[in-house]
Amino acid sequence: MTDTTANKSAARRSLGDIDLRAVAPFVALAFLLVLGALVNPNFLGVDNLLNVLTRSAFIAIIAVGATFVISAGGLDLSVGAMSAFVAGVMILFMNTGVIEGQIPMLMVAMLLAVGVGALCGLANGVITTAGRIEPFIVTLGTMGIFRALTIYLAEGGSIAMKAPDLRAAYRPVYFGNLFGVPIPILVILAVALIGAFLLYRTAFGRHVIAVGSNEDVARYSGIPVNRVRTLTYVIQGVCVAIAVLVYVPRLGAATPTTGLLWELQAITAVVIGGTALKGGVGRIWGTVCGALILEVVGNIMVLSNFVSEYLIGAVQGAIIIIAMLVQRSLVRRR
Amino acid sequence: MVTTGKPPLLEAAGISKSFGPVEVLGDINLALEPGEVHAIIGENGAGKSTLMKILAGHLAPTKGELKIDGTPVVMAGPVDAEHRGIVLVHQEILLAPDLTVAQNIYLGREIRKGLSVDDKAMNKGAAEAVRALGIDIDPNIVVGRLSIAQRQLVQIARALLVPHRVVIFDEPTASLTLTETDALLRVILDIKKKGAAVLYISHRLPEVKEIADRVTVLRDGKLITTRPAEGLEPVDMARLMVGRDVAKLYPDRVATQAVDYALEVEGMDVPGYAHKASFRLKQGEILGFAGLVGAGRTELLEGVVGLRSAHGKVKLNGKPVHFVTVRDSMRAGIVYLSEDRKGKGLLLAQNLGINLTLAALGQFLRGMLIDRRKEAKALDGAIAEFDIRTRSKDLLAGQLSGGNQQKLLLAKMMLLDPKIVIIDEPTRGIDIGTKEQIYKFIAELAESGKSVIVISSEMQEVIGICDRILVMRNGHIVGEVTGEHMTEDEIVVLATGVTSREAAMTAAHA
Repeated sequence: MTDTTANKSAARRSLGDIDLRAVAPFVALAFLLVLGALVNPNFLGVDNLLNVLTRSAFIAIIAVGATFVISAGGLDLSVGAMSAFVAGVMILFMNTGVIEGQIPMLMVAMLLAVGVGALCGLANGVITTAGRIEPFIVTLGTMGIFRALTIYLAEGGSIAMKAPDLRAAYRPVYFGNLFGVPIPILVILAVALIGAFLLYRTAFGRHVIAVGSNEDVARYSGIPVNRVRTLTYVIQGVCVAIAVLVYVPRLGAATPTTGLLWELQAITAVVIGGTALKGGVGRIWGTVCGALILEVVGNIMVLSNFVSEYLIGAVQGAIIIIAMLVQRSLVRRR
Repeated sequence: MVTTGKPPLLEAAGISKSFGPVEVLGDINLALEPGEVHAIIGENGAGKSTLMKILAGHLAPTKGELKIDGTPVVMAGPVDAEHRGIVLVHQEILLAPDLTVAQNIYLGREIRKGLSVDDKAMNKGAAEAVRALGIDIDPNIVVGRLSIAQRQLVQIARALLVPHRVVIFDEPTASLTLTETDALLRVILDIKKKGAAVLYISHRLPEVKEIADRVTVLRDGKLITTRPAEGLEPVDMARLMVGRDVAKLYPDRVATQAVDYALEVEGMDVPGYAHKASFRLKQGEILGFAGLVGAGRTELLEGVVGLRSAHGKVKLNGKPVHFVTVRDSMRAGIVYLSEDRKGKGLLLAQNLGINLTLAALGQFLRGMLIDRRKEAKALDGAIAEFDIRTRSKDLLAGQLSGGNQQKLLLAKMMLLDPKIVIIDEPTRGIDIGTKEQIYKFIAELAESGKSVIVISSEMQEVIGICDRILVMRNGHIVGEVTGEHMTEDEIVVLATGVTSREAAMTAAHA
């Protein structure tokens, strides 16, 4: 009897004090949806919404990876440049035509992309942990390296898929749908589900949170801190590669501007979603919601005449700052 | 204490404080007179820190009011309280480690000369402020290079720099040595002589006896009594705090008769901290490591378990082993409980369950998944077995009192089912009631055949619970005391390296 009342009051209290931050991004998204509907009646149309979701895929997928890095107390600024690099390598490989048949070629190219992404992440992780260098500096460095490598591979121009039939075979991965749901949306869902499972239900996820919360406590508890840290960067690299798999069929090319400012958007999505930038708290679904918010804001700007759409970057920059202010004030209220 | 008929300096009238539905302080009436040292004692969780935070403006009371000179006031925050002459000396060190002593003391209230800061004046002021505390610290030195005790004193110097009428000390001596404590107590008497009121919170009852004019006892958020300190012996205070008799703090023990060694360490070097240290730990033995703060005890044992790089031979049950990381020693059945509970022991911002299972997460996996039901069951078990007092299971570890955090840390490490348990400062900052429980627990560990190493700066404690004591000084194990020789005098001689006559004087002084 007393037990159940205790449980009930505990549940009520947890509703009262933790959920504000977790709920905030979803409230913001709902608010934006209402605003969008007011601005333009076409906004809430199924086509437009599916379109917005589809376009949020790159950032949403990358940001799921960034949630791991950031909740472990790290940071990865190289994701945008890494995307361009992985896309470039993948297209160059497909252009060699070394494998017969479109499907086998695509499969191998995809595996290669994921492998390259994982290796890029591994490099970030190993340099950060073994070299004991601030992740900010390491990934700033690799950002420059990945970007320059892409431009080098493209010889200053862009890298386009040459074979038209292969391009046609790959197209559905971005433009196709399953039971009316565009493939990219399904990919977001799959990546977020796997991410949520890893972060919330496995020992690895628990270790990520512990390392981000307090590295010393994690070490004194026998957690292999460096391995956990490094793995978060590898996950980030794999997520970048998955985003690239969806990105390449869209344009069929990697250009010097591929992935430009994606790191800003990914980190913004993570922060809007309620993950603590200092580590120790990770919210996968909040992150996905954050990525949607960014895309919805852009969409509303295009559909309305409030602000020039050339200012989208400025608006997104402002959003990350506002999100931090809101997070701060919600913490204070606790 | 003089009753002048004037209203008290600071008065709490019917103060209550609730967090949500839980009342942590109820109807507290307290009056601080000018020129008195008023001690507040109570077990952890009794509400001392909450009361202090209310008096210093960090928290607002739910009910009741504060009066200064008889006039009711509402304090907007700690800065407001400081303007009214109420300063709080925190227990935690809140200094910028990369700034100098003088820069820290004047942080936020720098002396200016035109556009720039007047370093010369600040260094001079800081030197005086530090000297007034009876210590000798160069104001130009960076705080990060000072010992914890010196930092604590710098913090006190900083607090006393503002004009003050009421000074609140929150366990200021927790990390101080005997001489340093002595110096601080003199400072407090000085403040009192100048007509200010001192509110003194401490677990060290002999200290309270030494300097307090009046003593207020809190228990479970209620004020039990306020009495003149005269005629109130430490043992009476303890009884009032706990609400029952605590004559026997240390459990009875028969030293182990085992001849086998559980752990043998030979020629252990921890660069910069310990040199050629050798010792042996018997099965079922409680071995104490005594010495001054900074003697290298913590670092030596961290080196042994693989938390620091170290060189030397380690044998476990007679077999040579080599621990590269702490995971290796954990797997071999050795756990180390850090003295720094908040910084290295527990994730303060995470809940109790996550903390409990963190080191032994492998036991809670079903396939890849964490078995949350099993985890919840383990938490229920730990709360019952270790008597962890928490108002809810959803609390964060940082919301527990110090004693309950220690119990949670114990529970966490015991999940690993260790053969050898190393506990560093097992009862630092913990009240008497909980201390007794922890001592009993340590004795039970040894009785069940486990071997225990206790590192402690409290000599009473090592003498009370250990079978044998090793004393360290400057990184060396300088001696061993057993049986009859386990006295404070013997340990002080070994720990300080001074002759027994000087030591006797120090002891008499303490």
